[in-house]
Amino acid sequence: MVTQSVTGVESESDHASRLAARGVTVGYGARTVIDDLDVAIPPGVITTIIGPNGCGKSTLLRTLSRLLKPSKGTVVLDGDDIARLRTRDVARKLGLLPQAPVAPEGLTVADLVARGRHPHQSWLRQWSSDDADVVERALAMTGVSDLADRPVDALSGGQRQRVWISMTLAQGTDLLLLDEPTTYLDLAHAMDVLDLVDDLHESGCTVVMVLHDLNLAARYSDNLIVMREGSILAQGHPRDVLTAELLQEAFGLNAKVIDDPVGDRPLIVPIGRTHVQLD
Amino acid sequence: MKPSVTPGVRLGQVSFVWRPWIVSVSLLLAAATFLVFCLSIGVGDFPIGLPQVIATIVGRGEQVDEFVIMDLRMPRALAGVVVGIALGVSGALTQSIARNPLASPDVLGITNGAGAVAVFLVTVSGGTSAAIVDSVGLSAAALMGGLGTGLLVYFLAWRRGIDGLRLILIGISVSAVMEALTTWLLVTADIRDVAQAQAWLVGSLDDRSWDEVQVAVWGALVLLVVVTTAAFQFKPMHLGDDVAAGLGVRHSAVRAVLLLCAVLLAGVAVSAAGPVPFVALVAPQVAMRLARCPTPPLVASALVGALLLTGSDLVARTALPVSLPVGVVTAAIGGPFLVYLLVRANRR
Repeated sequence: MVTQSVTGVESESDHASRLAARGVTVGYGARTVIDDLDVAIPPGVITTIIGPNGCGKSTLLRTLSRLLKPSKGTVVLDGDDIARLRTRDVARKLGLLPQAPVAPEGLTVADLVARGRHPHQSWLRQWSSDDADVVERALAMTGVSDLADRPVDALSGGQRQRVWISMTLAQGTDLLLLDEPTTYLDLAHAMDVLDLVDDLHESGCTVVMVLHDLNLAARYSDNLIVMREGSILAQGHPRDVLTAELLQEAFGLNAKVIDDPVGDRPLIVPIGRTHVQLD
Repeated sequence: MKPSVTPGVRLGQVSFVWRPWIVSVSLLLAAATFLVFCLSIGVGDFPIGLPQVIATIVGRGEQVDEFVIMDLRMPRALAGVVVGIALGVSGALTQSIARNPLASPDVLGITNGAGAVAVFLVTVSGGTSAAIVDSVGLSAAALMGGLGTGLLVYFLAWRRGIDGLRLILIGISVSAVMEALTTWLLVTADIRDVAQAQAWLVGSLDDRSWDEVQVAVWGALVLLVVVTTAAFQFKPMHLGDDVAAGLGVRHSAVRAVLLLCAVLLAGVAVSAAGPVPFVALVAPQVAMRLARCPTPPLVASALVGALLLTGSDLVARTALPVSLPVGVVTAAIGGPFLVYLLVRANRR
């Protein structure tokens, strides 16, 4: 459906990882959440960070996106220490959608998506025809062009999330970090948003996201990062990573991993206390 | 899909979003403010017609008019405009920073802090307070009190960044303490001092001199230049800190600068006219509704503030049987409007 990224710029380096954390320690105040962690994000694929509540997956994503400053170690973006880059230059390379963002009441979809152009503007050059073109393409790509004049707060949860992703796209980066893009969405809308994320990946974007739903993570990502208590337990393709043992170790979850009847990925079937017949 | 995305305007290297509605509303507000400004100059014991006022302002008036207008009445009228603009912008900034329509310099303690200091200096007789009033003047001392309180609120509210609700709660608490202090001072003070303190507390444009007005005009101008420069970086901050950071904005620095500007602008207003209530709270909200903006628009807020203050001053001096200080009229208009806002929010 989508054949090129919003700006039409192809990823420059397809071999090395574009984003990596090297020995990062991150915490809030005295509490350390992540201790001496190394991770590299492979280019051109969808990477999903999973793990139990409070394991530090959002903290890792926020660190990779320079929202949190590590007390030790560095985050490297295209070979440069992200802390030494101007935040505006980072914003031209890396798009970020935080968890559950809120738009001011009455702000229209077109105006919200237009804010995504901010890193490319200056005090004198606040709006150009390039900006208008990119915003129109971002609206079209996320299927929200028809909603352009509607206030964001009047939309449904699924539409709203599409609009926010559209704003991130208008930023014109081919590296997207999404923090729980399916929060508060029902399953159908969650699938809809993840199909959109997959479209972006097809168009050449590198995507890193945090997801809660393990089966959706397995279905939509090519690379899983499994975390527990601030460190990485496993990383790799869902088929290689997701096993009953790992789920027990990471989540304390008793589950069976079977072949997905409609896909080529593993399917996790949790085993609870009741209504279960094990052979 | 062409009409949905806002069109842009390009003039050489400069380009900006073209929003005809906001521009027309702002021009109308500016025209209305100028009209009220001229009417206000014409009113007095020696009435001067509107054409003569305008002729004199552009430098083609008669000598008699020129003396009355430029020397006697201009400082008061200009003070009204400057105080209105300062309060409108200060309110728009605080409401945007806190992402809450109830945030204003009144709520953040600036007004009550200035009031408490002024009342203290008036009512507590003694060597030190008399010396302070003699050396810097009551207005300047009150200004320091307002700024001190504003900064105190800011630092108390700081916890790994500024959270709007926390800022407002601490502002209300500190304001309440300052108000209690003011009441206590008034209750225990000599009755003659109380009258003087009360007169200062309502806010008034009476008897402004050129010297006082000049300080306010230059102070406001410098601050407005800073605000205009930083406003571009502020635009994405309406979407929250994380989104703004993602868009490359150093939000903590931008917010600190703009909040400081808001506190200083409110301080300029307090020093020029005393604590005029409600303008800073109401002006941005009216401007938002007139300009149909989701967030307080700076230029329109400034103009609504100027119009409200000069208009209130005109009403206070002409429409009522007794001449009242401007603060009483802005409160009479602002109070019901605040109630209207709250009732509307309840019904959502």
